[in-house]
Amino acid sequence: MRFGLSEEQTLLEDSVNRFLRDHVALDRVRTYADGDSDDDIWQGLTELGIPALLVPEAQGGVELSPLDAAVVAESLGYHVAPGPFLGSAVMAPTALASAGDHDEELSALAAGEFRIGIAFGESIGRRIEAQVTAAGGRISGSSLFAFDADADAYLVADSNHHLYLVRAAATGLERAVLTTVDRTRRTVELTYNNVEAELVSDDTSVYEATLDIGRVMLAADTLGAAQAMIDQAVAYAKQREQFNRPIASFQAVKHMCAEMTASLEPCRAMVWFAAHALADLPDEARVTACHTKAHLAEVGKFVAKTATEVHGGMGFTDLLGLHYWFKRCGSNRQWLGAPELVREEAAQLQGLA
Amino acid sequence: MDLSFGPEYEEFRAEVQTFLREHGGRSPQNAGMRAPESLAWQKLLIENGYTARTIPKEYGGFGAPPDIIKSRIIAEEFADARVNTGLGGQGISMLVPTLLEMGTEAQKLELIKPTIQGEMIWCQGYSEPGAGSDLASLTTRAVLDGDEWVVNGQKIWTSTAQLADWIFCLVRTEPDAPKHKGISFLLFKMDTPGIEIRPLVDMTGVANFNETFFTDVRLPKDQIVGQRGEGWMVANAVLGHERDSLGNPNNTLMRLNALTELMKTETVGGERLIDNPVYRDRLMQIQGRVMAMRFNDLRVLSSRLNKGQDAALARMIVKLQGTELRHDLEGMAIDILGEVGLSYGDNPHTRSAGSWQSQYMYYLGLIIGGGTSQIQKNIISERGLDMPREPKVEKAG
Repeated sequence: MRFGLSEEQTLLEDSVNRFLRDHVALDRVRTYADGDSDDDIWQGLTELGIPALLVPEAQGGVELSPLDAAVVAESLGYHVAPGPFLGSAVMAPTALASAGDHDEELSALAAGEFRIGIAFGESIGRRIEAQVTAAGGRISGSSLFAFDADADAYLVADSNHHLYLVRAAATGLERAVLTTVDRTRRTVELTYNNVEAELVSDDTSVYEATLDIGRVMLAADTLGAAQAMIDQAVAYAKQREQFNRPIASFQAVKHMCAEMTASLEPCRAMVWFAAHALADLPDEARVTACHTKAHLAEVGKFVAKTATEVHGGMGFTDLLGLHYWFKRCGSNRQWLGAPELVREEAAQLQGLA
Repeated sequence: MDLSFGPEYEEFRAEVQTFLREHGGRSPQNAGMRAPESLAWQKLLIENGYTARTIPKEYGGFGAPPDIIKSRIIAEEFADARVNTGLGGQGISMLVPTLLEMGTEAQKLELIKPTIQGEMIWCQGYSEPGAGSDLASLTTRAVLDGDEWVVNGQKIWTSTAQLADWIFCLVRTEPDAPKHKGISFLLFKMDTPGIEIRPLVDMTGVANFNETFFTDVRLPKDQIVGQRGEGWMVANAVLGHERDSLGNPNNTLMRLNALTELMKTETVGGERLIDNPVYRDRLMQIQGRVMAMRFNDLRVLSSRLNKGQDAALARMIVKLQGTELRHDLEGMAIDILGEVGLSYGDNPHTRSAGSWQSQYMYYLGLIIGGGTSQIQKNIISERGLDMPREPKVEKAG
C-alpha cells in the first residue's frame, strides 16, 4: 500500500516548480495581467512536456495519469501562472482521446502547437443572455467565460452535454475579452453566428469525464495557490514586528496560520485521491471529483481571506501582489460549478436528490 | 499510488471475517469492565491476536510483530461487523505502551498481563484544578519518607477512578527543579488509605469523571516509572498514544452514514429531511469534510508504511480537525430534527437512541480534553510551521 506521489511525480513537480520560479515570478504574472502574451510560458512548459502529459502515446503523447496532471496544476496554482493548461493539456485531450478520431488535433496539442479552449458555461449554468444551439453541424448563440482567450479552437458543451469543436478562425465566430477579477487568466465571450461546429461526442460520459478532470484540476490549482498564501503569511508574520516582537509570536496570528494549515493539509490527500480515482476507481470518481471541487473551493476561500488578514494592510495592497492568489482561488471556486451547485450534483450522484 | 494491501493481507482479512462470523455474536454489548462476559471476550481476543496483538507473550500478549496493516484490518472488520473490540481504558491504551517503553522488567512482568486481561483497571492522574493546558505546573507533591513516597494534593478529570484498582499519577518530587524537570511518574493502588474520590457530573448529566484527593497517601519508593524528575518525558510518550486515537475519521464515517440514514427516513411536514435542499447541502458539506479526513488518514497510514513519505503535518492536525468535524456532524443532526432534536434521556421521542445530543456534548468535551483545540493550534504553528512561542510573562509581585 502506498498513497502518495511517486518518485517520478515528485521529479515532475520539481521541474515544473523550478521553471515557474525562474521564469514566471510575480513580475511576469503582472505583465500578463497588463496584456502581454503567455506564449513564452506555454513554450517553456511545452519543453518540459506538459501539453503531452495526457495525450495517448499513439498520438505522440506520454499518456500519464490525472494524478500527474494534478501535480502540475498544483504547481501552476502555487505560482499563479498564466497559460492554457486546463483546456489544452487536460480537458481537451481527455475529451478528444475518449471520443476517438482526433489524431491530428491530439498530436498538435501534444506538441504544444495547438490550443483548445473550453466553453462549458451553457452546460453548467445556462444564462438568459448566452445560449448555445447546435444543429446540422452549425452552432449559434454565445458562450460566456470561455477559456483561454488565445485558443485555436474551442470545445463547446451544449445543454444536452454534447461536445463540439469550433475553430477560432471559423467564419461567424466573434471573440471578446471579458474582464474578471482574476487577471492571471484571460477569458472571452464567444459569439457564434451559425458557425461550423464539428460534433466531437454525443456520449454524455465523454462530457462527464472531461468535466470531472477539469474540476479536479481546479481543485489542485487551489491547493497550490492556498499553500502559497499560507507560506507567504507565515514568512511575513515571522519577519513583521509590532510591539517589539515578530507578530508570528502572537497566538492570535499563530492560530490563524494553524487553522489555515489544518484546513488545507487534508486537501492534499483529497486532491491526490480524486485524481487517482479518475483513472482507477470509476465507482468513486464522479462523487469524489464533485466533493473535491467544492471542498477545495471552501477551504481556498477561507485561506485566501485569512492569509490576506495575516499580512495586515500590506495584504490589501497591489504592491505586495497577494491579491493575485486571492483572486485565483476565487476564480477556481466559480469555474465549472460553484460549491453549492457541485454539492447538489454530488447528492444526485448518490441518489440523495 | 497503490491502495491495495496485497493478497497476503486479504487472506488475513478473510481470517478476521471468519472469526467474526463464528464468534462475533458472543461479543458483549454494553457490559461493564468487570463483567465476566467482558473478561471472557477479552481473553478470546488476546488468544486470537485481535487485541494486545503486539505485546510480547511473556507479558501476556499475543506476541505478533508490529504490523500496521493487520492492526488496521482488524479495526476495520470489527467496526464493519459492529463487534466489541475488547477492553479499552487508560491502563490498556496509555499505561501499557508507556511501560513497554519506559518500565523496568519487574514492572512489565507484574503489571502488563493483569492490565490487558482486564483484571487490573487503571485511572490517570494528570490534570489538576490549577494545571490544565499548563500541565507541567502541577502541584500535587510527593516526598520521600524512608522507603516510601508520601503524596498530597488533588487531581481532576480522573475517569474510572471509582472503578480503578491502580492510578498512574504525575506528582512534583523536585520542588526546586525547573517545572518540567521536577515531576515524577508514580504508580499506586487506589485502595491506599488517604484517597478520596468525588464524582464529577458533566454537562451530559453523567459522572464520566471524578475529582480525586490525596492526603498522606503512602506507597513504596520503587513504584515509579523512569527516574525521579523524568515524569514529564514519560508522560509525553503516553500523550502521543492518546492523541492518535482522538478524531478518528472511520468512526466519523459511521456517524455520517447514520445521519444520512436518519435524513432518508425522518419526515417533517410530510417531507423527508433529505428532500430539503438546505439540509441536503449541509449534509454534502459535512460529507466533503469527512472525505478529506479519510484520505488524510490514508496518507498518514501510508507514511508509516513507506519510508521517506512526510506526513507530519497531516498527522498533527487530526485531533483538531477530527473532533471539530465530529461535533459539527452531531450538531447538524440536532438542528434538522428541530424540537425533537432536544429529546434526551427517557424522552420517548428521541431518535437514534438519543445519541445525537449525547455525542454532540461528548465531542465538545473531546475538543477540550486531550489538549484543547487552542493547544493543538499552538502545536501546529510552533512545531509544524516553526513559528515562535509566546514570550514568557514574569509572575507579578
